[in-house]
Amino acid sequence: MDFSYEQVAAFAQQSGLLYFFLIFSAICVYALWPKNKAKFDHAAQIPLEED
Amino acid sequence: MSLEETAYSVFLGLLFLYCVLAAGKAVDPVFAFHATIGAIASAAGIFLIVRSYIDRDGRVEPAEINGKPNYNLGPVKFASIAAMFWGIAGFSVGIWIALELAYPALNLGLPWTTFGRLRPLHTSAVIFAFGGNVLLATSFYVVQRTSRARMPGLVTPWVVILGYNVFIVIAGTGYLLGVTQSKEYAEPEWYADLWLTIVWVAYLLVFLATLWRRKEPHIYVANWFYLAFIVTIAMLHIINNAAVPVSVFGSKSYVVWSGVQDAMVQWWYGHNAVGFFLTAGFLAIMYYFVPKRANRPVYSYRLSIIHFWALIFLYIWAGPHHLHYTALPEWASTLGMVFSVMLWMPSWGGMINGLMTLSGAWDKLRTDPVLRLLVVSVAFYGMSTFEGPLMSVKAVNSLSHYTDWTIGHVHSGALGWVGYVSFGALYCMVPWIYGKRDVYSLKLVDWHFWISTLGIVLYITSMWVSGIMQGLMWRAYTELGFLQYSFVETVEAMHPYYVIRALGGILFLTGAVIMAVNLYLTIRHGESEKPAADVALAPAE
Repeated sequence: MDFSYEQVAAFAQQSGLLYFFLIFSAICVYALWPKNKAKFDHAAQIPLEED
Repeated sequence: MSLEETAYSVFLGLLFLYCVLAAGKAVDPVFAFHATIGAIASAAGIFLIVRSYIDRDGRVEPAEINGKPNYNLGPVKFASIAAMFWGIAGFSVGIWIALELAYPALNLGLPWTTFGRLRPLHTSAVIFAFGGNVLLATSFYVVQRTSRARMPGLVTPWVVILGYNVFIVIAGTGYLLGVTQSKEYAEPEWYADLWLTIVWVAYLLVFLATLWRRKEPHIYVANWFYLAFIVTIAMLHIINNAAVPVSVFGSKSYVVWSGVQDAMVQWWYGHNAVGFFLTAGFLAIMYYFVPKRANRPVYSYRLSIIHFWALIFLYIWAGPHHLHYTALPEWASTLGMVFSVMLWMPSWGGMINGLMTLSGAWDKLRTDPVLRLLVVSVAFYGMSTFEGPLMSVKAVNSLSHYTDWTIGHVHSGALGWVGYVSFGALYCMVPWIYGKRDVYSLKLVDWHFWISTLGIVLYITSMWVSGIMQGLMWRAYTELGFLQYSFVETVEAMHPYYVIRALGGILFLTGAVIMAVNLYLTIRHGESEKPAADVALAPAE
């Protein structure tokens, strides 16, 4: 089956938009999830802890 | 000998043989010269491996001493000093070519000192030699400290640092001798590109292996930025430099891309060299050194995660804004513009995160000039990343493109952001790696700060005026519809601004020379971190 340039481009653009939007939303949820706060508060201290 | 030492010795031995052969069969003199440099560097590499093998006498540096990580700081020290050396060299060449633009006779009428050859020497020296060594030094330092693990490898870290600096020498001498593939910020020819690829893969492996060994479960955000920088630069470098050499014994090659595709690949590379080399890498420095120097955790770790991913998602699409009103399709150009404008969000998110880290400790800016350098660098980051998207808007670009406004914009980012964050990081790190309490003289840092800041202000304001004037003169028409100014009239009008720009550069270099002296005094005569008795008991490095 042959695809035209327009079909391939439309597929790439729409699925790309969806894909990036979903991944980025997942990252925001991960970053802002209340349960992760303690973990990130510890991570922020990493450079300051002496070794 | 360990497997690692043997493998590198064999590899360098084969490289030596190829270089000798290539020097003999070379079809052009520059290739023969570079093959000779390659042969000398390979032989020196084998010598260094064998000498360190004899010196270490069967011992291997332990990964830990008394339960504390025994960091490998030798390569960090070398790259820090190399950065300072290349910085001064690169700034000096910049002043020279700035003066050439104001006083063209300074090109001396010689091919080697023309603007066309010295300009890539300047850009590569400051971006790749100075900036690159700062990134190598700080990344090796930060990844070890935040992983609480010694980086692995007896030879590999040194192959990365020394190999990278050999690449710089080959690239720089090539430009002077007229060898270039004419791709901006990717001028070195195929053999230098191949060598850099090998070095870069070794760099990635050392970095990943250190993370693999980490004692700290969480990978600190600075390492994410460093990793993004290393991986993306590898991808950009390989795709943009895909080329076929005319002869394996000659310097000339032809890039596999052609026409507008080549232009697009070039600026996909070019803009992401800005985005991932000059931004992601130096943001990693910001995320480690600003909290460390201010002695406060980063303002919001959550914001840093969102900042990271937003930057990664958006930057890679911004390249087409370098090609507005060209053969590039309109949609690609619009896409580049839209993504550039969206970059405001992560850029300013990152800037806010860096600046607000000082919240509650702003008084430190008054007393600590090193922290001031770091904070002003973040302010310049915010300023130049505001200006960049503005200039990527097509209507603005039609005025700004091909004018000095671009040069001014680049230098507010390069001198203000990359330069200052690097200076701040080196002022922090050099005392730490040499076991000193602080830099030799904070007063000299203060002098450096103010002299250089004055230099940057002269540079960017003169280029704004010159650039906008140039753009307006180019588009000025008479009542009858003729161009009002000839090209040479615009050149003449820019002369005073070129002189002011060169003066700004001289002030910036003066600051860097003060810094080099200060760091030398820190290493030689700085006050030790610990009382003398402790130093005597400390294990030898």
